[in-house]
Amino acid sequence: MKGLDVLGLDAWYGADHILRDVRMAIRPGTITAIIGPSGCGKSTLLRCFNRMHEEVPGARVAGSVMFDGWDMYAPSSDPVDVRRHIGMVFQRPNPFPTMTVLENVVAGLRLQGRYDRATMLEAAEQAMRSAGIWDELKDRLDRPGGRLSGGQQQRVCIARALAVRPEMLLMDEPASALDPVSTQQIEDTVQELKRSITIVIVTHNMQQAARVSDYTAFMLREDPRRPSVLVEYDETRHMFTNPSHKRTEAYITGRFG
Amino acid sequence: MTLEIAPRRFRSIRLRKLKSDVLLGMLWLAGLIAVVPLLLIVGYVLAKGVPAINAAFFTETAPPPAVPGGGMAQAFVGTGMIVGIATLISVPLGVLTAIYLSEFGRGRLAAGVRFVAEILLSTPSIVAGAFIWALVVVAMHSFSALAGAIALTVLMWPIITRATEETLRLVPTELREGALALGSPRWKMVLRIVLPTAGSGILTAVMLAVARGFGETAPILLTSLGNDFMNADPLQPTDAVPLRVYNYAQSAFPQWQTLAWGGAITLLAAVLVLSIGARILSDRQRRRLG
Repeated sequence: MKGLDVLGLDAWYGADHILRDVRMAIRPGTITAIIGPSGCGKSTLLRCFNRMHEEVPGARVAGSVMFDGWDMYAPSSDPVDVRRHIGMVFQRPNPFPTMTVLENVVAGLRLQGRYDRATMLEAAEQAMRSAGIWDELKDRLDRPGGRLSGGQQQRVCIARALAVRPEMLLMDEPASALDPVSTQQIEDTVQELKRSITIVIVTHNMQQAARVSDYTAFMLREDPRRPSVLVEYDETRHMFTNPSHKRTEAYITGRFG
Repeated sequence: MTLEIAPRRFRSIRLRKLKSDVLLGMLWLAGLIAVVPLLLIVGYVLAKGVPAINAAFFTETAPPPAVPGGGMAQAFVGTGMIVGIATLISVPLGVLTAIYLSEFGRGRLAAGVRFVAEILLSTPSIVAGAFIWALVVVAMHSFSALAGAIALTVLMWPIITRATEETLRLVPTELREGALALGSPRWKMVLRIVLPTAGSGILTAVMLAVARGFGETAPILLTSLGNDFMNADPLQPTDAVPLRVYNYAQSAFPQWQTLAWGGAITLLAAVLVLSIGARILSDRQRRRLG
């Protein structure tokens, strides 16, 4: 399994400086949670980890992120290549509405130009098992992807991200649009996945961070005119019981944010 | 919980209800007034044109003056050929331009293309006809269906481009990002995710453009000229239904005038079918994306 070394990362939207000098090491085979109040750049940081940030017009990144020794922001690195190694699940479930459940799950393989039918079915089943949705949907593979419940849609999206066999999975508040039961299922899935893949999860829910993650990063934008910074990054149990910074303590005890 | 309603308050509610009813009635009336002209046109065209509709109308060519019978088969074939060629040129051109504008175009070039499409969209159709006359008819020394089709392309291309661009922009960003995050190259994301999602919206754009093409008279007049006889050679002067309507409507012969009304019915029917089809498709599209 592979991890990330973030060696000083800055990000902008147009003239707005969002992130300043983020430095952290995502350890292989762990779950890392990124927490912080709204607008603190959690999602931006996550989107810098697979070069999705630059898809927004006017967005810019400086610095370097090493993926298992590979500088993914080097001029010779292709963002398409980066995203084939580092998958992503979004806040709102986004199954492709023109495709069936099965087509959705194998969409990544097709978009990457792989078409062999037998291996695709196999990959689909495996990915759907990993996402904990195979038993539920194996008889409904030809249903339109948009007709499922929100929780099922999100797990189809997780399966879709897993089917291309990424080495790392980024999850941007994957349960914030879901009900408590679906949230629980997603959290269980995340725990299962940890055995085979490195996970970074953004969440606004501190209990969720405490429940699922091994490491937690706390981000904060104290002054709206200045960029966010990474305040503290530590083992989750340490951070939630004995935070080093006053701001972290204030946030996790619910005194602001 | 008990509600006390004072008589005074009661009166004001009645007054308010009355005002609401009056205003609502006026809105209904406004809607009715808007629909009346359409109903009158359809009714009048039907009344005048139905006598012209028979088998000969669709199978025979132009009759000599004062000879009963005859039809406008050559005009149907001609319109089919001209609009067909125009569609074959303007659909790929328009859809590709729209993809460029919505998915790839940034900066001055895109702004320029969008501006040109905007200008063409509001260009009087006779100007398009005159332009293609100077460019194609004069150069080829002949009026032709091809020149007519190119003139229609000038009108249909911007319609398809703008309407398709609007539809492509309706495809949610989340779907585009979903595809890109799977390691899809941008062109494949457009081809396999954006275009299928926008599918029926693009078809709607095409139908609206084709409906416009069916009804245009001035550009065809200047480029395709018209023809009393059946012609299937796109390089020869060719007849078209609106041209025939235009010519016959000005004639002094009652049976030519009847044929003109018959032509008007078929044009109206074609435009109605296309517009209603476009409407159904775009409703379906909205439901799918909503």
